Amino acid sequence: MVSTTYDDHDDGKPGFFARWFYSTNHKDIGTLYLIFGIISGIIGGYLSLMMRMELAEPGIQIFENGHAYNVFASMHGLIMIFFMVMPAMIGGFGNWFVPIMIGAPDMAFPRMNNLSFWLLPVALICLLISFFVPGSASGNGFGGGWVMYPPLSTSGAPGPAFDFIIIGLLAAGFSSIFGAINFITTILNMRAPGMTMHKMPLFAWSVLVTAFLLLLALPVLAASLFMLFTDRIDGGTGFFDPAMGGDPEMFQHLFWFFGHPEVYIMILPAFGMVSHVVSTFSKKPIFGYLGMAYAMVAIGVVGFVVWAHHMYTVGMDVDLKAYFLAATLVIAVPTGVKIFSWLATMWGGSISFTIPMQWALAFIFLFVIGGVTGVMLANAGVDVALHDTYYVVAHFHYVLSMGAVFGIFCGFYYWFGKMSGYLYNKWLAAIHFWLFFIGVNVIFFPQHFLGLNGMPRRYVDYPQEFELWNQVSSFGAYITLAGVAFFLLMLIEAFIRKRPASENYWGEGATTLEWTLSSPPPYHQFNTLPRIEENDEH
Amino acid sequence: MRIVSNILKSLVILFTMPSVAFANKPTDGGYWLQDAATPVMEELTKLHNFVFWIIVAITLFVMVLMGWIMFRFSAKRNPTASMTTHHVGLEVAWTIVPIIILLVMVVPSMRLLYFQDALPETDMTIKVTGNTWNWEYAYPDFPNVESFISNPLEKEEAGDLYLLKTDAALVVPVDTKIKVLITSSNNLHSFAVPAFGVKMDAVPGRINETWFEVNPGKEGTYFGQCSELCGVNHYKMPIEIEVVSKDEFKSWIANDGAFTKTLTSNYTASIEAQD
Repeated sequence: MVSTTYDDHDDGKPGFFARWFYSTNHKDIGTLYLIFGIISGIIGGYLSLMMRMELAEPGIQIFENGHAYNVFASMHGLIMIFFMVMPAMIGGFGNWFVPIMIGAPDMAFPRMNNLSFWLLPVALICLLISFFVPGSASGNGFGGGWVMYPPLSTSGAPGPAFDFIIIGLLAAGFSSIFGAINFITTILNMRAPGMTMHKMPLFAWSVLVTAFLLLLALPVLAASLFMLFTDRIDGGTGFFDPAMGGDPEMFQHLFWFFGHPEVYIMILPAFGMVSHVVSTFSKKPIFGYLGMAYAMVAIGVVGFVVWAHHMYTVGMDVDLKAYFLAATLVIAVPTGVKIFSWLATMWGGSISFTIPMQWALAFIFLFVIGGVTGVMLANAGVDVALHDTYYVVAHFHYVLSMGAVFGIFCGFYYWFGKMSGYLYNKWLAAIHFWLFFIGVNVIFFPQHFLGLNGMPRRYVDYPQEFELWNQVSSFGAYITLAGVAFFLLMLIEAFIRKRPASENYWGEGATTLEWTLSSPPPYHQFNTLPRIEENDEH
Repeated sequence: MRIVSNILKSLVILFTMPSVAFANKPTDGGYWLQDAATPVMEELTKLHNFVFWIIVAITLFVMVLMGWIMFRFSAKRNPTASMTTHHVGLEVAWTIVPIIILLVMVVPSMRLLYFQDALPETDMTIKVTGNTWNWEYAYPDFPNVESFISNPLEKEEAGDLYLLKTDAALVVPVDTKIKVLITSSNNLHSFAVPAFGVKMDAVPGRINETWFEVNPGKEGTYFGQCSELCGVNHYKMPIEIEVVSKDEFKSWIANDGAFTKTLTSNYTASIEAQD
């Protein structure tokens, strides 16, 4: 392929407003998603920093009352999940690289892609408004947790704050459903000649599986949000109101039927990115490619039938718990296949420890820790002691705050030169990595201790026995904050210094199609479709 | 009056020191499960420790393997990469071995689950209702004991036990199988006592049940905390359970739910402190 210069395209270069606001170009939309993800990440990070400052010592220092703290905790969860991880991974990297990796000129439905993105800022604004409007008798905002269990989200939050959240999440949900339709159509129909499903890069596989999960799970979330909405109306329905024959536990089943696949929605694209990074910097093709692809499919499928392991203490029938226990443990098997395949990819390789590779290695290691504590929690009997304690908080932050977020940074440093055309400063990036790596471990590892010792989640204040590990954990938050500062510094430095990135700045290990294009790629790539040869590696 | 009650309180604290030694609550800077006071928690701790060593072994294995790979196959030591991408035996092995490990784990796991959940013949029943934001306890077997509300104590009164201590503990006998019925009057709550291995959600419109049996010799005061988000004072609805000998419990019942003056219990202390 002959790479062309960035401004060489057929329709003339659009003006600033037309290019960024009416955009139908998958790369520009991907960039918008990434910028959006960074902004949301800063907001969500601010919320968590406030919580950690509050919890640094016993007593209520920062927040007005428990409600204000609950609002911050709830919004931290919602914003990080729906407005940081999902947009960055699926919207950002998915949009940028799925079409390029499969040799397509753009997404299948470019205008719907535009709609997908622009629903998100609207949704985020709705969520932010909810901070400032009445929630419950105790103050503004919604403090019912990101899980939004009724009755705390119906009779417990009569104010408009939660209505804004419903509207915002519905908008974000539709955005994701449109995105999922777009990805599925693109991947199934627009692969370059010769690119069979079994030749498709693993990142495209991961986004395909993720898109199916989104398509099947999000309508359930939308439906349950609608049910909450009608339950909230005076004289409305009573789906979750026992006084009207409903059952609050039904919401929990509906929510986790969405919520558990959601967990895999957030981690699968990271699996894909880490696979590419590990392969690139080991200068080896992925080990056990088919196993890797179908392990993701298996995780996606099994992810739909394990939801009630979030609900071991609601008073379920014991046989049901036994089933969910067994089904949940099954997920450890395909996950293990992925971990060992990454290690086997590195085995015999020629490993260079670049910044993205450091993030990938840290991802693998930390994901193992988060994964094995998941095995602990899957045991319904033990979960009775750990459910709704900080052990759970530690567990899911190890897989999300360290799994998903490390995956995002891994992809970001891997593709930064490709997306922006500039190289980052290695030292700033290394400081970012190490501060972040140390910081998140200091935050979350001691939370296992808190959980084992019995500290419940979502507490604004705690008995003095829990002080030590909370202090340590809060200290970690400040280290992580410094890491984030270096990330922003790295970005600013790269855009000021403008060190140009070559076509394939990672060298021989980088074999997917994006490395055949210029950095950044032309506004429209693949005017002539690439042809994938029989013996090409993945 | 205030001085008298203060003196009484300090006297009572002095006398209750032995029982404080048995008291089970989070430990300062603790990093492990709270000490077990019931057979269920003993079994739970055993399973936790069993699974713990398995997952530590797995983590160490991956860590050591990864460290070795990073050392041995760095670009410096291994400039030319191999191109191996398949090894059927290896791939089968790392699918089968985890399955075997999980099977080894699932047997004791199921045993604990059914032991915990299958309600044995119980000797008495207590009913727990979660309110916003306190707990209400009732003794349906003993109509003479009125149900009562257990409110959290403020910092000045609770001192070091702030967010654990209440003004009225749930009183239960030791060495007795007790069925607990749990429900809620409005929001979700969760009745959790870490040392008992008990955690059960309080759901409006439902009555959940669980059970516990405090081991002989484990009399004392036990603390738990609400474990399902229930609003502004979620952090401030502790659970306090006073486990007494069977005889003491009998006299507590005979007194319509009050200890006689001769008993130096936390319960009387708080009652008198209120006067």
